[in-house]
Amino acid sequence: MTTAIGQYQYDQVDRDFLAARIEEFSEQVARRLDGALTEDEFKPLRLMNGLYLQLHAYMLRVAVPYGTLNAAQVRAFADVARRYDRGYGHFTTRQNIQFNWIRLEDTPDILRLLADVDMHALQTSGNCIRNVTSDEFAGAAADELVDPRVHAEILRQWSTLHPEFTFLPRKFKIAISGSPNDRVAARFHDIGVIARPGDDGRVVFQIFVGGGLGRTPIVGQELYDSVPEERLLATLEAIIRVYNAHGRRDNIYKARIKILVQALGVAAYRNEVEAELAQMDIARYRLSPEMVASIEARFAAPDLQAPEGAAAVLAEQRAQNMVFDRWVRSNTHAHRSEGHIIAVVSLKPPGEIPGDVTADQLDRLAGLSERFAYGELRTTHLQNVVFGHVRQDQLYDLWRGLVDVGLGAPNVGLIGDIVACPGLDYCALANARSIPIAQKLGARFADMTLQEQIGALQINISGCINACGHHHAGHIGLLGVDKRGEEFFQMTLGGRADDQATVGKILGPALPEDDTVDAIARIVDRYLQERSGQESFLETLKRVGEAPFKEAAYDTV
Amino acid sequence: MTLFNLGAREAGHYAEPVTLADLVEQGEARSVVLESGDEVAALKPYLNRLELVVLRFPIFRDGRGFTQARELREYLHFGGEIRVEGHVLPDQADFLKRCGVDSVVLPEGSDVRPWERQLKRYSVSFQRSVLPEKVLDVGTRVAR
Ligand code: HEM
Ligand code: SF4
Repeated sequence: MTTAIGQYQYDQVDRDFLAARIEEFSEQVARRLDGALTEDEFKPLRLMNGLYLQLHAYMLRVAVPYGTLNAAQVRAFADVARRYDRGYGHFTTRQNIQFNWIRLEDTPDILRLLADVDMHALQTSGNCIRNVTSDEFAGAAADELVDPRVHAEILRQWSTLHPEFTFLPRKFKIAISGSPNDRVAARFHDIGVIARPGDDGRVVFQIFVGGGLGRTPIVGQELYDSVPEERLLATLEAIIRVYNAHGRRDNIYKARIKILVQALGVAAYRNEVEAELAQMDIARYRLSPEMVASIEARFAAPDLQAPEGAAAVLAEQRAQNMVFDRWVRSNTHAHRSEGHIIAVVSLKPPGEIPGDVTADQLDRLAGLSERFAYGELRTTHLQNVVFGHVRQDQLYDLWRGLVDVGLGAPNVGLIGDIVACPGLDYCALANARSIPIAQKLGARFADMTLQEQIGALQINISGCINACGHHHAGHIGLLGVDKRGEEFFQMTLGGRADDQATVGKILGPALPEDDTVDAIARIVDRYLQERSGQESFLETLKRVGEAPFKEAAYDTV
Repeated sequence: MTLFNLGAREAGHYAEPVTLADLVEQGEARSVVLESGDEVAALKPYLNRLELVVLRFPIFRDGRGFTQARELREYLHFGGEIRVEGHVLPDQADFLKRCGVDSVVLPEGSDVRPWERQLKRYSVSFQRSVLPEKVLDVGTRVAR
């Protein structure tokens, strides 16, 4: 096997572990089928293996640790989609992939197929520490201070079958970034970690705690400004131990750590954590430089050699092709190494289902990654896909390959780059269908020139209060509500998930689907009238307040 | 009832355990039963007398007992027996053991084979526990 870039390389110990874990799951399925396990007992066990029961079938959520994949893994997804699903998969807002039409009996086989490429579905659900997410531009972005993937892998391993924290009050999500430009929504996680270089050359971590969306959206608060690397695991253990002991278990809507942090206050929570740390056998939890180095050694670095003049080639191609030029403007990000660039593939072609990919597209993405990006692909929390290291003189060919399979939409970060949960089409909890309204909005703003003129504008859609579509964090958020059996949408404005994380504010009464699409079109028109210079939607909103937008939204209704 | 041993320590025979409240009243008791909401730290004054701490699991999903066991071993250095009773699953055998639990009370006639299988399942773990497990190479993993 070739060495994978940007992800931890398994050894035999890791593979044996995974095989044993699949064996365990197969036995659990058998015990459920012969009645030794009740459905109540089986449910948390299957969830810890990523298996949900949805409206029509089982859904299997496969972990993509810190969002990094190699080409063989992407091909395995295509294989699963063809053989066990309906020919497609769905990338989620936590960098994972889901298959929506799975049969319980097939799951052990699917898990074995995935294990052949060192993939699994561990802890993608259930009340445990979930798959750790990270920055999709890790190790590549010009603005990065620390590559967070090594520590993300350390957290992945540490949290795997953690003996104490596998039956927490509720699910537990950790995200880690190494850039001051937060691309992981650290402040909307149970624990958000921002790494940066410390004075002694080792990494230090800023730690946020108690953020989350769902029914009770809360921006996480800083628990520590700079935890030394050696104490990272001890600190996380202490934080989660306090939560495991004191988090509420009587009401699932009040069981997340955010509720406990709110109830105690962040200062008191910190005191509790300190009290744990004072009693802990700190040496046992020490994350030594040798341990970090040993994990780091399992990662391969790309050999970033761009030919002289790569940038000039790109400039020339942009000048010759306006469509390509527009795609470069919206879908790329600055790379730290000269002659390279980061390319983002939008999985939001106008009118399609956000985050869905077909098996053929997956195969093509795998092939393109091998030709142009060191065989590596990343997933993003906005349900897109990234090629981390692309030579600037090869970007045009990559783009051509993407356009060929219908993945050339130049709308990353623009109004068409919509995040939507599965909604009523798949989900038993939904009040409304999220996907059709996303498709209608995508079609309404399909004109790419208009999208570019509108600029940065993030729409997020959730089919119910559980907020899987992160509507509170959208610049424009839509929440599906049920009004006397009809699907309505409540709008929020001003949410954001970055380093200035904010929960969006409700604009006014909910509207039916088509009226909502019209209202958003009027909000956008109003913004284009109000905006001064190159202001973004959020900047204009901040300056003029919500009144003009409220007026526009409810104008004709 | 059946007593299943998770590790090397043989489950002992003790007088009926008292509740935490009763322990405070009658400090002579040598065995105590904690509910999942009880604070382990409350046992501090009685530790040198206590031989058995029973942790009650009201339902297998209530994971507070794991933290209680770990605190007993790691914070209070309790060297006596830790026993779990109530609703637990064989799937939790290894977690219980690694948090410091010695024995589990099972309903009479329970099949212990799933418990035995679970304890032998994994040859590696990815974090330290309260057990004296052998650290592999530089120490991110331990042998089982
Ligand atoms: C269709 C099946 C699904 C069901 C039944 C479901 C159910 C739920 C529920 C009940 C919650 C709330 C948990 C809580 O508040 O503690 C939740 C949260 C969440 N879901 Fe889903 N979900 C589904 C699919 C998805 C998908 C496909 C995604 C990704 C696109 C997703 C992403 C999330 C996220 C990110 C949260 C966390 C929000 C937070 O920070 O609290 N879910 N989900
Ligand atoms: S937000 Fe609601 S409707 Fe959408 S997937 Fe989550 S639970 Fe289902």
